[in-house]
Amino acid sequence: MLNNISIGQYFPGDSIIHKLDPRTKILFTLMFIVSIFISKGFLCFFLIAAFAYLCMRISKISLKFIVRGLKPILFIVAFTFLLNLFLSSGDDVIVKWGVLSITFTGIRNALFMAVRLILLVTCTQLLTLTTSPIQLTDGLERLFTPFKKIGFPAHELAMMMSIALRFIPTLIEETDKITKAQKARGADFESGGVIKRVKAMIPLLVPLFVGAFRRADELAMAMEARCYRGGTGRTKMRPLTYRKADYCAFGISFMLLLVVIALNILNVF
Amino acid sequence: MTWCANISVMGFEDMKEAIISAKDLSFRYEGKESYAVDHVNIEIEKGSFVAVLGRNGSGKSTFAKLLNVLIEPTEGEISVCSLQPKTEDDAFAIRQKCGMVFQNPDNQMVATIVEEDVAFGCENLGVAPGEIVRRVDWSLRTVGMEEYRKAAPHMLSGGQKQRIAIAGVIAMLPEVIVFDESTSMLDPSGRQDIFDLAMRLNKENNVTVLWITHFMEEAAKCDRVIVMDQGRVKMDGTAREVFSDPKKIEKFGLEAPDMAKLAEALRKEGLDLKDGIITVDEMEVELCRLLSKI
Repeated sequence: MLNNISIGQYFPGDSIIHKLDPRTKILFTLMFIVSIFISKGFLCFFLIAAFAYLCMRISKISLKFIVRGLKPILFIVAFTFLLNLFLSSGDDVIVKWGVLSITFTGIRNALFMAVRLILLVTCTQLLTLTTSPIQLTDGLERLFTPFKKIGFPAHELAMMMSIALRFIPTLIEETDKITKAQKARGADFESGGVIKRVKAMIPLLVPLFVGAFRRADELAMAMEARCYRGGTGRTKMRPLTYRKADYCAFGISFMLLLVVIALNILNVF
Repeated sequence: MTWCANISVMGFEDMKEAIISAKDLSFRYEGKESYAVDHVNIEIEKGSFVAVLGRNGSGKSTFAKLLNVLIEPTEGEISVCSLQPKTEDDAFAIRQKCGMVFQNPDNQMVATIVEEDVAFGCENLGVAPGEIVRRVDWSLRTVGMEEYRKAAPHMLSGGQKQRIAIAGVIAMLPEVIVFDESTSMLDPSGRQDIFDLAMRLNKENNVTVLWITHFMEEAAKCDRVIVMDQGRVKMDGTAREVFSDPKKIEKFGLEAPDMAKLAEALRKEGLDLKDGIITVDEMEVELCRLLSKI
């Protein structure tokens, strides 16, 4: 069941984009998101989509992965689409049906919102598909380090996240083991209504939690035994460094943002 | 004859400096009446391979935690590599000199990638990045896990995880490694692997090893065996001295090695076996000697 569990949706590869510094990719994605939010027209969207497609090709990720990642938000997209379609106000009514009416503005707004949502998710997916969770954590830690001065626990959060990532497979394994053990004792997890099934989870959850606390205790001790005392005075085996490609990526993403702003100002749709 | 050999070994050991010394070392868990570690006086020589034996609750794991300053003694003194844990910084220094490998291989791995986990200790010590890479390479090679450097911990077997834990400890260049029942959750072949690895580190890298266990077969191969019960040191000597009397060791809830028991039984049946047989090899030699007489 667990032999090749993958956390997140990281798609390993060795393209230029994969090798970029995680901080670059996070900031790049932020630029992307800002560009999408300030875009007022479809031309901007077309530009951004073309750019995202280019990134996708460079990182050798197939469209299949992106589409698969879009599935969970399909409902929200459809919902926003329908809301905008029927509830937008405008004079250019095409069909009127009681309080509901479809207008040209409505169709435009609905399409606009749907495309915006899809683009947003696609861009963030490009980040998570090309960056492993651990790299992401590292990148976030470094990005938030300046905020340590105002008491933001950057290192602690990053450590928590990486420990969580480390223990997800272990805890799933344990859940599996406990489920089997309880089934062997006659526990029934499958039949009955919702309430009965939730109740059946109790003999699974209690040992799991007890086990997790015990693990946490032992792990804390093991970390202490290996001289862990927080982020101060700590070094990294592979410190993050910006390289040429990172500066190029910054430049490109900044240009994209500028072009989108220019298009907006010029009102070219 | 064996006794003479022991004397000479002991004499040699005595000349070496003590790397760990405990004076009246005691520890009591909060709210408990009795001591978990009760006025223990022990000196452990540099470069030795010492087994600490005892049944559950005998205080052997508590003793290990005292060595690593994971807990502070209630009474008495402990000194590791001539450092005494007076301040936080002393504790930090001691933990670098005295590494520890725990029982559960799962609960001592921090990172999602093997090499990151091995680097964890060095990163905490503030070692320079280039040096960390060198040390990680070296430790993974030493424990024979180079090809797994990019693997995820949950894909490894228990024995492999313990190897990684050992790599993480030796990357900090310690002088002592305490193995706190590190093999008790492993299958027999994994157990043998880890024990052999500890032996090799002891012989080749001159690391002092404290091997806490309840497996007699492992303890029988160590230079010195310390038996603990109810927080006290009950027996202390070479494996041969400790195991030659199966009756005595059974008093402390332990079982003598199979060969010691077999020798005892054979002696009762009238066979003229020499004293102090604890391993299969020794039994084989002795039986062959008897056979050749017939």
